[in-house]
Amino acid sequence: MFFSFDLLFEAVLFGVLLGCFYAAVSIGLSVSFGLLDVPHVAHPAIMVFGAYCTYLLGLYGFDPIVAGIVLMAPFFLLGMLVYRFYYETFERRGSEAGVRGLAFFFGLAFIIEVGLILAFGVDQRFVEADYIGSSLSLGDYRIPYRMLVAFGVALVLTISLTLYLSKTFTGRAIKAVAQDEPALRLMGANPVRIKQWAFGIATGVSALAGAMLIIVGPVEPSLDRVYIGRTFAVVVLAGLGSMTGTLAAGLILGISESIVLMLFGASWAPAVAFGLLLIVLGIRPQGLFGR
Amino acid sequence: MKLSRRSWLSVAIGLVIGAVAPVSVAQQNPIKVGIGIAQTGTLGGGGKAALLAIQMWVEDVNQKGGLLGRKVELISYDDQSNPATIPGIYTKLLDVDGVDLLIAPYGTVPTAPLMPMVKQRGLLLMGNFSFQVNHKVQHDMWFNNAPWNDASSWSDGFIRAGQKHGAKTIAILAADQEFAQNLANGARVLAKKAGLKTVYEQNYPPTTVDFSSMIRAVRAAKPDIVFVMSYPNDSVAIVRAVNEIGVGSSVKLFGGGMVGLQFTPIMASLGSSLNGIVNYNSYVPGIKYPGVEEFLQRYAKKAVEAKVDPLGFYLPPFNYAIGQMLEQAIKATNSIDHKKLADYLRKNEMKTIVGPIRYDKNGEWANPRVVQAQFRGVVDKNVEQFRDPKKQVVIYPDQYKTGEVVVPFEKARK
Repeated sequence: MFFSFDLLFEAVLFGVLLGCFYAAVSIGLSVSFGLLDVPHVAHPAIMVFGAYCTYLLGLYGFDPIVAGIVLMAPFFLLGMLVYRFYYETFERRGSEAGVRGLAFFFGLAFIIEVGLILAFGVDQRFVEADYIGSSLSLGDYRIPYRMLVAFGVALVLTISLTLYLSKTFTGRAIKAVAQDEPALRLMGANPVRIKQWAFGIATGVSALAGAMLIIVGPVEPSLDRVYIGRTFAVVVLAGLGSMTGTLAAGLILGISESIVLMLFGASWAPAVAFGLLLIVLGIRPQGLFGR
Repeated sequence: MKLSRRSWLSVAIGLVIGAVAPVSVAQQNPIKVGIGIAQTGTLGGGGKAALLAIQMWVEDVNQKGGLLGRKVELISYDDQSNPATIPGIYTKLLDVDGVDLLIAPYGTVPTAPLMPMVKQRGLLLMGNFSFQVNHKVQHDMWFNNAPWNDASSWSDGFIRAGQKHGAKTIAILAADQEFAQNLANGARVLAKKAGLKTVYEQNYPPTTVDFSSMIRAVRAAKPDIVFVMSYPNDSVAIVRAVNEIGVGSSVKLFGGGMVGLQFTPIMASLGSSLNGIVNYNSYVPGIKYPGVEEFLQRYAKKAVEAKVDPLGFYLPPFNYAIGQMLEQAIKATNSIDHKKLADYLRKNEMKTIVGPIRYDKNGEWANPRVVQAQFRGVVDKNVEQFRDPKKQVVIYPDQYKTGEVVVPFEKARK
């Protein structure tokens, strides 16, 4: 173990950046799983799909962040279609929808992965931009710009979604559908359309998260497997459906991984992060920010 | 008893079929070669290129009339870079597909779970770029195609180059996987023998997303050489983090055992970020083996169609060599009996496109030829540049040396 206060400070700093990246890749799931109770295990696969679409747009000269923003609209529509299909074939049919839905989304993830392999092969794909591969020098510290980008995107997404869910009619309806669907129906709103809209938002956000994915590192079709545990851990730790909670949970995981890596070794980092999740759930089963 | 004309005809047809059948069965029954090899997942890029090379050997040998008068048929399954799939795949190959010969999956981690099975069943297994998987199992019918032997054959060149330039300290960064850990253990022993003090050591899990923290810690430890043992995804992330964070002016050599920096798509994507890194390789342009250049020219055409590694320096020639070794052994023994083939492979020199190979008692190369080469003058976005021997200067072993290592690392990066 090599310890110094400089290293500890750097560990916290990089933990914050890593944590924001975790939040950015989890926030879509926070909407689909946290608010809508949809067992969306295909969320990381959709992000990887978004990353490949970013790669494709990059071939036409699009900056990865711009590509991610451009992709949000088609992914929003894709999300609405996926939810409608899921609703008609699974959710509408009763109490076993959750378990069968899980099979549906596992199937979707598998189809996306195989589709990407057929289309792009198994090699890693990269994007290029001025902020990838360079860093910001602050005295002795050098901070990779790509992590700063993830940091910025996580903040923007968290603030935008929090404001949207609390200040707009549709946003409040999305929160209402999560809390009391029959009551929403009595208010004259159609819960299915609200959920469809929300799932579209979650998928649109995943497109931008996919752009973050390929900015932070190279992608390959099976990359979703790396993120499935972490994204669900962040959402559950946060307390289902809390956007600020997702950011906070991402930060907790990122900082704890970074400090544990410095003090005890990288092998312990995932174990401690998930251990933390178990402890928090033992004390607060509803998660840190859940009600 | 008088036989009718119809009965005579039936007897005659029966006799003809009886006489011809064994011959036609023998002609129709191919020699089946089975392999489970990564086509997806982290080893998929290498696995696809390797499989293409084995397919090329099958085509070549069949064009020459096959082996023992029988065609050769390759049966392959994708192991998804997941060692858990291996026992099932190889059980199917043996018990359902009825293969005659086995080739191991690409890589150490997927091969390890196969070793007990082949030892128990007494089967010949042609190894495929794994590292020390037979070290403990001691199966006497194992023959690895990789140009290394024990850890010293792999790390020695790197550590010697460091020592030559006055290195006193070492940092070790290794993936938490069997291959990397085996190599790291060997590197630790070698470093100790060489009197190098280990100032930083980190094992990281394969799911690590960002390596900035580790590279910072390496920089803070101020080592003279940094020995890295990583898998393809990690290697890319580590090179990027080094480019962003820097490893400090103390570092003379960086690299050693990074898997992935031999794969063309990764080399092309990392471009100039590779400069200065000294890393192991199996073959780089400029090394003269009889037939390897002709093979690579043919491979390049097929690789474009198959959308796999277009240069194919690292794995394909050595996978083609597996086929050549099987071919030589089968022709010499006139048999596909595993014991006879293993006996032949153990006692004779194999003539392949990656040079002559002799095996030691563990089924590893008796005369290992791991190359340590330094990336130099690499530019961005250019695949073809890697055909130029000047882009990967061989610093070890002496018989293939094409230049001296440039130190320190920061200077070599320019």
